[in-house]
Amino acid sequence: MTTTRARVSSFSRNVSTVTSQNPGLKHGPNGTMLISSGIPDLDKILGGGFPLGSLVMVMEDEEAPHHMLLLRNFMSQGLVQKQPLLYASASRDPKRFLGTLPSPASPKGDKSSDLSHEKDIRIAWQYKKYFGEPQLNLNSNNGGQQDYCNDFDLRKPLDRHLFSGNNVDCVSIKDSPNLSSLQDQCAGFLAKLSRNEGNISSAGRIAIQSFCSPQCKYSNEEWHMLSFIRSLKSMTQSSNAVVVVTFPPSLLSPSCSLRLQHMADTLLSVRAIPDEDKELAKLLTGYQDMIGLLNVHKAARLNTQVPVILEATTFSIKLHKRRFLVLECLNQAPVDGSSGSSYGTSGGCSGSTKVGTLDF
Amino acid sequence: MEHKNWNLLDEALGLHNNDNDNAKPWPLCGRFVLVEDCVDTSAAFVLHHILKRSFSSHPSSAVLFLAFSHPFSHYDRVLRKLGCNLTAQRDNGRLFFLPMLMFQCPGEGKPNHDGLASMFEQIERVITVLHQDKKSISIIIDDISFLEVAANGSSDDVLNLLHYCLTLTSEYGCAFIALDHKDIYLNDGERTAVILEMEYLADILVKAEPLATGLAKDVHGQLMVLDKETHQHGISAIKSYNFHFKIKENGTECFYPGTKIQ
Repeated sequence: MTTTRARVSSFSRNVSTVTSQNPGLKHGPNGTMLISSGIPDLDKILGGGFPLGSLVMVMEDEEAPHHMLLLRNFMSQGLVQKQPLLYASASRDPKRFLGTLPSPASPKGDKSSDLSHEKDIRIAWQYKKYFGEPQLNLNSNNGGQQDYCNDFDLRKPLDRHLFSGNNVDCVSIKDSPNLSSLQDQCAGFLAKLSRNEGNISSAGRIAIQSFCSPQCKYSNEEWHMLSFIRSLKSMTQSSNAVVVVTFPPSLLSPSCSLRLQHMADTLLSVRAIPDEDKELAKLLTGYQDMIGLLNVHKAARLNTQVPVILEATTFSIKLHKRRFLVLECLNQAPVDGSSGSSYGTSGGCSGSTKVGTLDF
Repeated sequence: MEHKNWNLLDEALGLHNNDNDNAKPWPLCGRFVLVEDCVDTSAAFVLHHILKRSFSSHPSSAVLFLAFSHPFSHYDRVLRKLGCNLTAQRDNGRLFFLPMLMFQCPGEGKPNHDGLASMFEQIERVITVLHQDKKSISIIIDDISFLEVAANGSSDDVLNLLHYCLTLTSEYGCAFIALDHKDIYLNDGERTAVILEMEYLADILVKAEPLATGLAKDVHGQLMVLDKETHQHGISAIKSYNFHFKIKENGTECFYPGTKIQ
């Protein structure tokens, strides 16, 4: 009940029309085409997904690999939909990383209905019969969207045949003295996806992991890296592709990191939460299930000047049943009555019923 | 010319002064407007606003647009929603759109100024041609920080280019409008020269900031406009305006804090 689904009102923009020719694409606002981020909740938060031609930057937490969760789902989603993929990382053998990609959850329907039923029952099982009608609608909606965005089971590796094809390129940027070879590869990849052809047949994905990490030889040449990202951005703008770059901001000078943030169309950051932070645990509902926090700093605004203002910018990253990545709005736990404060009512921002420390 | 709805931004920029008066030059002529923003609040809408106003200010006005951050299709769509057809203006010869997205100065070892020098020659050529037609011209640069990246971080070369562009404002009476990101320079000890010098040279300084209280649906941020007007006695007076804004597809709503009527 705390998921973003609750926020969808009848006035929300109808952007869920999947184009007939390609299930991986759908129309977004202002004449953009969207592809899925591979995380259903993130798609909902961003208003449908990543628009084609946009640059997504993810700021890493230098102590935790949470950005990999976003990157894996993004890549898997593309592979499931047979979209071309270019993956670059600073590891010696980037191809090996493909073996860790998650696989879509087993046949649609049973998982999602299972999930929502369970939740409803927990709310009020005796009213279950009243939920019958909308429940069906919801499931059919999910069924329609299933092709656009899958739920990924993080414990099940992706089928080998999906990434053994020739639509996947892997590049190691560990030993290259500069970025020109990567730039050439990106240019070649994006040239195949040029936007001029009118009808969009396929969308490409470029994933660059830990850009400017210290393993790379060019990591002290900030202007070189900046101009690479700049040219990557302008190449992407004229092609049917989405580029996701993760970078560790703490390893860069503040001004360089800010320049990268300005270049991003969509800017996200991930943060791990400390294991035993008593204060935070007291403050947030469901702290035990959280594995990290996701911040949405900027959402892409192509072809428009109106900024996207989200209702919340910080979300908790949770694993549902230890398998599915779920993003939820933060729920502040009600203030403990024993503290003598009278602001107990202002605690939950969307009415949490699960945890109530107040004793009536 | 029909009556226009001037908002606070027009007033702060002095654009409302030449309403229904084509004989007067455009108020921004010969002036340098520097627009500053940060990651949270983009001030691109100020550029869109000035771009739209400069086309409607005078039937023979022209704009030279140096696009570093977005392609033409983006601006075309944005301005169309504001009621200004860029494609038509380009075909009429009133808009010169120079896409600089892929512009890159030659790498290390080679002299940087070759790339920028050729860029300036291009600008100057357009301006001299336009000037012969007695047009009032605006030069708009949509992102100076991208220009710096294109120049491989050589702030001296960037400053030289900007100075040359500024000479055009006095020579041909052009308006010069540039956008830069202030927050980049705040934490940077050495490389503040560009922003400091630009701020010093600017006739009108527009700063966009987020609200101190965070993001809001109804108020997208606040603008501070400093107009360093010079009187004939040589005494300069600084007029400053502070107001909130809300960006819409078809324009910007500007209002003083707390005075917004729903």
